[in-house]
Amino acid sequence: MGLKTPLFDTHVNAGAKIVDFGGFDMPLHYGSQLEEHRAVREGAGMFDVSHMCVIDLRGLRVRAFLRRLLANDVGKLRVPGKALYSCLLNEQGGIIDDLIAYYLDEHFFRLVVNAGTRDKDLLWIRAQARQDAVQVLERTDLAMLAVQGPLARELAVGLLQAELRATALGLNAFSGAQIGDWFIARTGYTGEDGFEIMIPASTAARVWSGLRAKGVVPAGLGARDTLRLEAGMSLYGNDMDESQNPLESGLTWTVAFEPADRDFVGRAALEKIRAAPTKHMVGLLLEDRGVLRGHQVVQTNAGPGEITSGGFAPTLNRSIALARVPVGAASPVSVDVRGKPLSARIVKPPFVRNGKSLISL
Amino acid sequence: MSNVPRDLPSDLKYTRSHEWVRSLPDGRVEVGITDHAQAALGDLVFVDVPAVQRTLAAGEACAVVESVKAASDVYSPLSGQVSESNARLADTPELLNQDPYGAGWLMRLTPSSQSQLAGLMAPDLYSKFLDEESA
Repeated sequence: MGLKTPLFDTHVNAGAKIVDFGGFDMPLHYGSQLEEHRAVREGAGMFDVSHMCVIDLRGLRVRAFLRRLLANDVGKLRVPGKALYSCLLNEQGGIIDDLIAYYLDEHFFRLVVNAGTRDKDLLWIRAQARQDAVQVLERTDLAMLAVQGPLARELAVGLLQAELRATALGLNAFSGAQIGDWFIARTGYTGEDGFEIMIPASTAARVWSGLRAKGVVPAGLGARDTLRLEAGMSLYGNDMDESQNPLESGLTWTVAFEPADRDFVGRAALEKIRAAPTKHMVGLLLEDRGVLRGHQVVQTNAGPGEITSGGFAPTLNRSIALARVPVGAASPVSVDVRGKPLSARIVKPPFVRNGKSLISL
Repeated sequence: MSNVPRDLPSDLKYTRSHEWVRSLPDGRVEVGITDHAQAALGDLVFVDVPAVQRTLAAGEACAVVESVKAASDVYSPLSGQVSESNARLADTPELLNQDPYGAGWLMRLTPSSQSQLAGLMAPDLYSKFLDEESA
């Protein structure tokens, strides 16, 4: 028996298949993962992401603290509500977690971190926060829903009071705001437009059924995984962990080396790797019949690599993967799939964005 | 969860690895995976069926079914030779989810002996086995 979100009973009553994820009992699917995937690509789906951990940071020096803590630079955040994706690194440049940081005001930032890493993240953040006298508060009173898909925003605002709807629809991409009882952010993990909404836990079941009544389709972790894989987004624990650095995990774009005098945790280690990286992340498209899976070995002209996430891409009707391969690897590559060498092509993720394939099949 | 209503056609025999076997009038058998197996696997996205004329031993891995979640081997319930495999599954693996005892059949086999069928489970035994497995 794992931890439960405020929506656990709702999932069970809806017939969800429940699995452990990050210590939580979470819905894998409610019948068909493929149908849930398609609902998000074509209409609107919703995910219970209350297992993720919301951490509020307050203090006079909170911005300076985060500029030291995170590999990306919250100094870029100048408009209240604006969000930033970043890695949280250790001194060796290993990835403790990936997270989203929201700038709410000069003395108040909010982080959203992964469920399975919550305890070590909080320990690390609290230890680092002392010198800047930043107050760290875990918001266990909040539930979080991700409403995703081309119709998601329009349907979700239907639950808001009429005078708040325009504000919610006016949110820019990767921005959030407190709107009534909801903290609404135009973010997600599917490659579609949509919201991630933080609400008082006590209202979660009511909001969920309200969205359901509007036609938003409940979707489980299974669809969340195939959607994020198609979108080329990394999953902590699969695509990266503390033994890997962002530069060799497809996350170079999230590391702000400029300004050069910002001394963030892990910087010195990353500077060394940056001078001569040996591996990088690529997308793979399977040319033969079969399914790519995590941990399969990839043989390339530049040496062996490994699939970090793989699966069937419902939008493409093909199998795709993210793989860590030696720098210089070129197509075609060969993947050992259950003892058979299958041919795959290196492609640049994302594979799918806003319902459409971005790669040639 | 025990006593879940299960779709277990009474004219079929079952294995502990969740295959079903149907005796055909011409002495051959048809083989597939059970409703329980397809539900546990989730949406099927890839099926690799055995080549026609391949000779199989009882218990030999002979097909692969892959769902959105994982890959799984299918084991031949009987020894014999493959006389047909279901070519429709290449493009429509979802037949395995939609109709596991019908259009989702995997292969037809000429068994090396009919007596092997006696070693397979009747529906009530398989149902009991499922209860024990999930207990």
